[in-house]
Amino acid sequence: MKRWLLALTMLLAAPLWAAEAVPVGEDPAIEQRMVNLSTDLRCLVCQNETLAGSHAELAEDLRREIRQQMKQGKSDSEVIQYLTDRYGDFVLYKPPFRSYTLLLWFGPFIFLLGGAAVWYFTLKKRRAMKPANQAGSEALKQAVDLLEKRN
Amino acid sequence: MIPEIGHFALILALLLALVQAIPPLIGAHRGNATLMAVARPAAQGQFLFVAIAYGCLAYSFLVNDFSVANVARNSFSQLPAVYRFAASWGSHEGSILLWALILALWTTAVTIWSRHLPEDMSARVIGVMGLVSFGFLLFILVASNPFARLFPAPMDGSDLNPLLQDPGMVFHPPMLYMGYVGFSVAFAFAIAALLSGKMDVAWARWSRPWTAVAWVFLSIGITGGSWWAYNELGWGGWWFWDPTENASFMPWLAGTALLHSLAATEKRGAFKNWTVLLAILAFSMSLVGTFLVRSGVLSSVHAFATDPTRGIFILGFLGVVIGGSLTLFAFRAAKMPTGGSFTWFSRESLLLANNVVLVAALGAVLLGTLYPLFMDALGMGKISVGPPYFNSVFVPLITPLLFLMGVGPLARWKQASLPGMAKQLRVALAVAATTGVLVSLVSGSFKPMVSFGVALAAWIVITIYLGFAERLKYIGGEKLPALLKIPRGFWGMQMAHLGLAWVLAGITLVSGLETERNVKMNIGDTTHLAGYDFTFQGISPFEGPNYRAARGNIEVASGGKQLFVLHPQKRIYNASGMPMTEAAIDYGFTRDVYVALGDELDNGAWTVRVFHKPFINWLWIGGFFLVLGGVLAASDRRYRIALRGAEQPAVVPQGAQA
Repeated sequence: MKRWLLALTMLLAAPLWAAEAVPVGEDPAIEQRMVNLSTDLRCLVCQNETLAGSHAELAEDLRREIRQQMKQGKSDSEVIQYLTDRYGDFVLYKPPFRSYTLLLWFGPFIFLLGGAAVWYFTLKKRRAMKPANQAGSEALKQAVDLLEKRN
Repeated sequence: MIPEIGHFALILALLLALVQAIPPLIGAHRGNATLMAVARPAAQGQFLFVAIAYGCLAYSFLVNDFSVANVARNSFSQLPAVYRFAASWGSHEGSILLWALILALWTTAVTIWSRHLPEDMSARVIGVMGLVSFGFLLFILVASNPFARLFPAPMDGSDLNPLLQDPGMVFHPPMLYMGYVGFSVAFAFAIAALLSGKMDVAWARWSRPWTAVAWVFLSIGITGGSWWAYNELGWGGWWFWDPTENASFMPWLAGTALLHSLAATEKRGAFKNWTVLLAILAFSMSLVGTFLVRSGVLSSVHAFATDPTRGIFILGFLGVVIGGSLTLFAFRAAKMPTGGSFTWFSRESLLLANNVVLVAALGAVLLGTLYPLFMDALGMGKISVGPPYFNSVFVPLITPLLFLMGVGPLARWKQASLPGMAKQLRVALAVAATTGVLVSLVSGSFKPMVSFGVALAAWIVITIYLGFAERLKYIGGEKLPALLKIPRGFWGMQMAHLGLAWVLAGITLVSGLETERNVKMNIGDTTHLAGYDFTFQGISPFEGPNYRAARGNIEVASGGKQLFVLHPQKRIYNASGMPMTEAAIDYGFTRDVYVALGDELDNGAWTVRVFHKPFINWLWIGGFFLVLGGVLAASDRRYRIALRGAEQPAVVPQGAQA
């Protein structure tokens, strides 16, 4: 009800000659798919910009091409296939999973595992330390002494 | 004449850097007070001459001396004066000179505020910074002279890159460099500690405020850079995982880890080696970042290979700095673990977890940034590593850390008790979960990532509240005076965490809920987005100082009520002919309305992109609190006391501070 009222007020308030702007892509569903897809694609002539964000002419053309292909009923992966066939993997901001990108994809988790190992072994060692080894308060005292000695 | 004076001043500065480095380092080694005393005046003199050189460069820009190649390439007679000044660091040569200037500035700051240090320590710190200065000044003189002349001089310059003609550009690089270069102080302290063999708690306390201040500047630089991208690039993005952004983000991650590790070293004497390593890492990342952005390797690996002087020099410098420090570390690092014992669940173990996660995240960013460069250099083909990659590896790495951020500050040093904290954490968990549910109810759609992100932010906020509540109970008495009794170190930590939670909430909300429309608009056409009605009232021509623009008039209304008019521009710059999109934004606490002009169509029609960006300003509000936290932490009473050289530092209750 409320929404209807709102729409009615809006209709009355808008000047009579005002027309509804036409979306650049006619089909909103395809437009949404195109935007989603091109957010992960590189504008080839720009300096590191997405196909979705770029104002360059080639980006405009490629977006049109993607729309066209989607209208012909091609799936997202088919469109991506078409683009990589023409422009290579460079167009993909998400590098494909290949032998030469294994390190890229697994690297971060190797780092995390390494970090976890450091964490684990440090703690194991610390727990085993005898209380006599506790230099904490002693070191603090040392620091205070040193600070007093300044000048 | 002026450029030659600048050039000559640089040569003098180079020699002084050598004087600042060698005698004091030898003096510190031999215990010779006379040699050590050279450090301060030499460093201050070096600063003076670098400042003269920079002044000469800035002057050449301001008076449009196009006989200087650097000015001709990066300035233009019609460029407004403030941008002519900013152009002095817009170029490669100028920015490296700015680097050297800021390094000399930090060194001078150290000479002034290090009187309380033992003489050998301050001599070593200043000496190490002198070595770094020497490297940079040598680089400028050998491979990157900003004063090189052009003959014959061109009539006019080819203009500053229009992207850089923004108020943000005036502040952004100096802030960023203050941060980058500021880590050289922590680095110099670490190297000095290694050289002296005295890896005690004292150096951690001395270098901590310096590190915090550098981190503050870097945070301002990064936040400002993101703000600049959002305002200037015209597609509404605020972070793109661009290599240049990563170049500033990597030292920030390392610096953040360093700040946390320094806390454990200062308070508990723990992780001394690790802290030294992080100090080396943070500064190395600053150098790597400078190399990435300034060697030209990013724009093209091959262009870099055909004119390799600069790149080889920076790589060599990197090798000497990183390799040298690591070798020193290998010889001098403490062989025994230092500090007291602690258990699986303690402030120390959580801080260590923070550190390993931050370093792993840094590794991921570094890997993603360098991988395509290496692939290209090795002839294995060109690939792009962009936001989808970074988001899919960085987010899972950092999420557990954000969760731990709620636990860590509540945990005690040495040994925390999980049952003891269980009640607090249960409350926090309940509040967080409720907030997550509320978000999806209010926004009217269930988006798991949005609910989860906001719940995580709420989790952090509520644990901050609990931390203060516990502190107040500990101090006792009236609430308000008790709040003031809480040391600034604690306030700083909590404010910075609050800032991060705020940023997190902003990121999740804007990423999950933003909407946009891309429409063709004839004059008088209207489009609707997120309850706003945008009416296109045509274009009027607009004359800027050094550009011409088509200036759009777009009326924005809501519910039939006229709200405001936005004027996005499409500019053509006179000198370069480069087109630029200048977005128009209406800012708000809960949303931005963002409009950008696309292309001109027939009959005065244009394509127009309108965006509704909920809560985007929370990113920068959060950034403000992050910075505020750093400032508070750096200005804690115990550092000021150390500086004044008076009383003994206050003894801090155990488990009380970070």
